[in-house]
Amino acid sequence: MNVLVIAEHDNQTIKPATLNCIMAAAQLSLFSDSRLHLLVMGHNAQPAVEAATNFPGVSKVLHADGPQFAHALAENLAAQVLAVASNYSHILFAATASGKNVAPRVAAQLDVAQISDISRVDSLDTFERPIYAGNALVCVQSLDAIKVITVRTTAFDAASASGGAATIEVLSAVPDQGKATFVGSEIAKNGRPELTSAKVVVSGGRALGSSEKFTDVMTPLAEKFGAAMGASRAAVDAGYASNDWQVGQTGKIVAPQLYIAVGISGAIQHLAGMKDSKVIVAINKDPEAPIFSVADYGLEADLFVAVPELVASL
Amino acid sequence: MKILVAVKRVVDYNVKVRVKSDNTGVDIANVKMSMNPFDEIAIEEAVRLKEEGIASEVIAVSCGVAQCQETLRTAMAIGADRAILVQTDVELQPLAVAKLLKALMDKEQPGLVILGKQAIDDDCAQTGQMLAALADLPQATFASKIEVVAGDGTGARGNANVTREIDGGLETISVTLPAIVTADLRLNEPRYVTLPNIMKAKKKPLEIVTPEGLAVDVAPRLKIIKVSEPTRRGAGIMVPDVATLVDKLRNEAKVI
Repeated sequence: MNVLVIAEHDNQTIKPATLNCIMAAAQLSLFSDSRLHLLVMGHNAQPAVEAATNFPGVSKVLHADGPQFAHALAENLAAQVLAVASNYSHILFAATASGKNVAPRVAAQLDVAQISDISRVDSLDTFERPIYAGNALVCVQSLDAIKVITVRTTAFDAASASGGAATIEVLSAVPDQGKATFVGSEIAKNGRPELTSAKVVVSGGRALGSSEKFTDVMTPLAEKFGAAMGASRAAVDAGYASNDWQVGQTGKIVAPQLYIAVGISGAIQHLAGMKDSKVIVAINKDPEAPIFSVADYGLEADLFVAVPELVASL
Repeated sequence: MKILVAVKRVVDYNVKVRVKSDNTGVDIANVKMSMNPFDEIAIEEAVRLKEEGIASEVIAVSCGVAQCQETLRTAMAIGADRAILVQTDVELQPLAVAKLLKALMDKEQPGLVILGKQAIDDDCAQTGQMLAALADLPQATFASKIEVVAGDGTGARGNANVTREIDGGLETISVTLPAIVTADLRLNEPRYVTLPNIMKAKKKPLEIVTPEGLAVDVAPRLKIIKVSEPTRRGAGIMVPDVATLVDKLRNEAKVI
């Protein structure tokens, strides 16, 4: 049986999270001779579909197009996935806001369990996933015929995006399910990389003291590194940073090459979101801050002095 | 309209759990248990909708062991009118919970169901979406704002505008009622429970039913093979100043 990966995209390009998901799918194919199909559901998503045909390892790109997919409403996406689900042994989504929204809806309609946020593929039916904010890892075996899975993107390398030659199959699009309509969105456009796929993340905590100081101190640092900006829950709760910057158990999970934590004490819920980063730097004036226990390089200093100095010396 | 809210009893979020030495699970004997924080937000939202006159009754539901009654009493102290416990000692997975909630929805006919977006023990984030699928209803997950716009008081026909936290920002969708909503962190700040309200909650009705009584098969679909400790990061070093930090990043870690 074949493996289906649900693509995440903006109709023009496929998001990096999908490449991590393809890597997880490729590991499944080590245990069987399954083929890998990618499903692109969008509105005028031809450019994204064309890009996806270049992914090595993907043998076929399924394309369902229509205005009902323009805003990725869960009801419509789930219905389209269900229309092809019976052809597959595994259906994989990236564990992003969108993937987490749709995957359980698909699983319940198939009457199968969903396996959330897998961090390792052990066999065709056995997977490892973190629980309790990553303080424990559980290895679970699915007893269901179809495995519906969300993939922790930071746990798998990105698959290559060029060199492949997949075929395209146009699916007949399912009709609008008529349950929800899109009203509007507020997406911040700041020209910085996406938090979950950035090579460098600079995160600020409550010690920054105000929204203005957060911006004044953190923005030059982010610009110097071409980094994405993150924040601790405390900083978001205090209104210093926007909600979607929150790194942690219930926010974003990141694992960049370099993570710089500025004025973040390091509650276990925050550590859960960043402890798999390759190199962690912590700047904090409290030598007892738990963040130092996971940092490769700790600097006990006043962030208002140390961060500008760091920016100046880069 | 009635609002149904699902609440889960979990290990308190301040507790750092330990993996049992035989790798069968985490040790939850004698640790503090609390209501899942996202479910507290869900209850608070339902109670506010009642205080605004939009909801007529708030029903809290929990599925699990007998001690979940304490969690339900907390929900009623926040302001839920009554509670239902689906009592079982079976380890419940999200699909089973969604099926139990669906059975209770059929009985209670709520106009809105609110759940936390994820439980902080298994970190699954599935139950709300699964319930929406089983009930064939719209879903609005990760909600940071709920606005019921056209309820007629009975929940018969109406809409809710729900602002959702998505990657990169926020989006607002309109869902027809009845609908399933899952609460994110910024939906509200739950009130402190007062002693008089705790006393009052003791007198509110708490009904106990069973999965068998609801004709729901709750057998687990995922078998736990092993629970283990994650590998710990090796200890790092403290650097004395910014210059040393830059030097280490450049020449040792080679990340800049």
